Amino acid sequence: MPELGRAALVVTLGLALYALVAGAAAAHLGRRRLALSAQNALIAAFGSTLVAAVVLLTALVRHDFSFTYVARTTSEALPTGYTISAFWGGQEGSLLLWLLVLTAFGAAAIRLNRGWAKSLVVWVVPVFAAVTVFFSFLLVAVASPFATQVAPADGAGMTPSLQNPYMLAHPPLLYLGYVGLTVPFAFALGALLSGQLDERWLVATRRFTLFAWAALGIGQLLGAHWAYVEVGWGGYYAWDPVENAALMPWLAATAFLHSVMIQERRGMLRIWNVLLVILAFSLSLFGTFLTRSGVVNSIHSFTQSSIGAWFLAFIALSVAVSLALVFWRLPLLRSPTKLESPISREAAFLYNNLLLLALCLTILWGVVYPMLSEAVRGEAVVLGRSYYDFFLRIFGLPLLLLMGIGPLVAWRRASLRALLTTFRWPTAVALVTGAVLLALGAGSSVPGLVAYTFSAFVAATIVLEFARGTRARKALGASSWPGAFTSLIARNRRRYGGYVVHASIVLLAVGIAGSSAFDSVAEAKLERGQSMEIGDYTLLYRSLDERQVSNATEIRATLDVTRGDRDLGALEAGKNAYTIEQQVSNEVGIRSDRLTGEDLFVIAEQIDPDGTVYFRVFVKPLVNLIWVAGVVFLLGSVIALWPDAREQRRLVARAGEVGIPATR
Amino acid sequence: MTLALVLAGVLAVACVLAVAWPFLREPEPESDSLDELDEAERRRLELLEARDRALAALKELEFDHRTGTISDEDYRAQVGPLRREAASALRELERDEPAPSAESGQGRPVGGRT
Repeated sequence: MPELGRAALVVTLGLALYALVAGAAAAHLGRRRLALSAQNALIAAFGSTLVAAVVLLTALVRHDFSFTYVARTTSEALPTGYTISAFWGGQEGSLLLWLLVLTAFGAAAIRLNRGWAKSLVVWVVPVFAAVTVFFSFLLVAVASPFATQVAPADGAGMTPSLQNPYMLAHPPLLYLGYVGLTVPFAFALGALLSGQLDERWLVATRRFTLFAWAALGIGQLLGAHWAYVEVGWGGYYAWDPVENAALMPWLAATAFLHSVMIQERRGMLRIWNVLLVILAFSLSLFGTFLTRSGVVNSIHSFTQSSIGAWFLAFIALSVAVSLALVFWRLPLLRSPTKLESPISREAAFLYNNLLLLALCLTILWGVVYPMLSEAVRGEAVVLGRSYYDFFLRIFGLPLLLLMGIGPLVAWRRASLRALLTTFRWPTAVALVTGAVLLALGAGSSVPGLVAYTFSAFVAATIVLEFARGTRARKALGASSWPGAFTSLIARNRRRYGGYVVHASIVLLAVGIAGSSAFDSVAEAKLERGQSMEIGDYTLLYRSLDERQVSNATEIRATLDVTRGDRDLGALEAGKNAYTIEQQVSNEVGIRSDRLTGEDLFVIAEQIDPDGTVYFRVFVKPLVNLIWVAGVVFLLGSVIALWPDAREQRRLVARAGEVGIPATR
Repeated sequence: MTLALVLAGVLAVACVLAVAWPFLREPEPESDSLDELDEAERRRLELLEARDRALAALKELEFDHRTGTISDEDYRAQVGPLRREAASALRELERDEPAPSAESGQGRPVGGRT
């Protein structure tokens, strides 16, 4: 039923246009029923987009190749899970998912906030509607997923590298992150338009921002794991422009999540916070532009299309309008308080923000440089891995250290003597760790050693904070130690959830340092029966087998792995030849040591007809801590996101004191 | 094709009804103006935010001092200004409080908006 899909998208566009015009008129003229009508239009837009999404999903599952999109992205032989993931595997489908998530966020944000923040939501609706108009217009007029054709016998199939379970979760999570950043953007612009620059826009968007940021973070880690196990080059992050496109808004949102605490606590950094929200939203649009315009060459990007110009125009328009609004409202945005001391928690947060922003803008420069150099000199000059690695060390290592310093410094002003006492134990732990690692030979990579030492410092501060807090809760009357621990977290979820997230960043730093600064690689061309060595591992190439599965021919080399005298079993590495897609993929062999977190990573680079195989083998110490970090990150995010009944009561009471209905 | 068009029609009608609902429910309302915060209410909201900010900061300072994260010296330097901030916000809130209404005998009306 492509007609139903097309009609549903036209209805969404109509509703969004109505919400934009009627919402703006209602806000400007102060018309209550018109404002409610515009809000209903935006909520209904979610319903009509959902209908369009169901139509496309049904066509995919039924292998209806009369839909051009279905024929281009799937085939009869494609397993059902991957057939569903084709929804976001192509340009038009992923735009539809974007619109679906956008309208869902819009409907949720309006429903949750139109009671207690009514006068602000009135101004938010036209902003949200403007973004919805853009995406629904693209789907109606530029890139429709409901284009039809005479149905071919079979579809073209899916790119082999996308036929991976991670593709079921990685792209949707990224979309949740990218699109979720529209909520703080719309509320910030609504606050600017209305002049209501009190805390309500921050409170209304806090959980949405945190959710979007967490989804973007988890999505990137899943993407990194997908690259590690599927793309088959031996790494997990290649500083690819499209990977960077997801990292940049995450860094901007991370900066915002920290600086917003200064605004909540001290009423400072109001202009900065609005600018960070605008930056995060613009970068999420820019990332989408990069993926879809064809201006960058990336494994993650869609084919070249005319959609890029539309995105560029929309980014330029939204940035120009946002900055004009900030400039207009500067007098209202000025902070009543000033930074009292360079040694204070707000100062530490500010340094953290500057480093995050510097890292973000450095990456942005690396991404746009090839485009600029091509435009100016006619030759695209790509800034390689060394550029990004250099700046990651320059900005990332101080950031890591600040993560440990910030939570232990007093707000407003801290005395140096107090700091010396506070940091006594974490510093001792860091120095001992550094010295032991140096003695064990970790000095071969200075940045790696520094990362480990700083990580030990941060880990010690986190443990110290939890230990001291639990002890204080016990002294305040908690019945048991576990009770004191849970009460500590429950009474300040944002703070202690934040510490858990910090712990995940420590794990991430240790994993990245271990696997990149202290890894080893060996290459050899082996005939059956021959062996190679790397570190204390020995790999014996035993056999080569070929087997047929539903959508591919699998060729696998089997290697017997030993470490010293210990038999570690067999490991398979090889290639898949996809019949319909006419493509070949590397299928790597990985053996993880659960105790040490180390991976033995085998790539069968080239398989000759006579059975000789050219192997490339890596040993990656501590790499599994990166994936453990993902789990800890998720845990910390859930703790921080969990609704806080006490805070809700306080907000409702405050709203009641002003005379706003006490409902949420 | 026909079924698709019928379903599309149903969808369009449902959406029009949703959009028109506020006007259908209240064809002739007593007032159609938005309840926006006036200057006095905005000022009150700012004061309430300042009060809550200071009280939350005091609470955290007390806890951090108890845990040992904040030293005695830093605690003494901060607790005074924070208490003064909270007291100042409370004083201003009291000053802004409207006189009790003759009819209700209550203070400033709360939750009077619809």
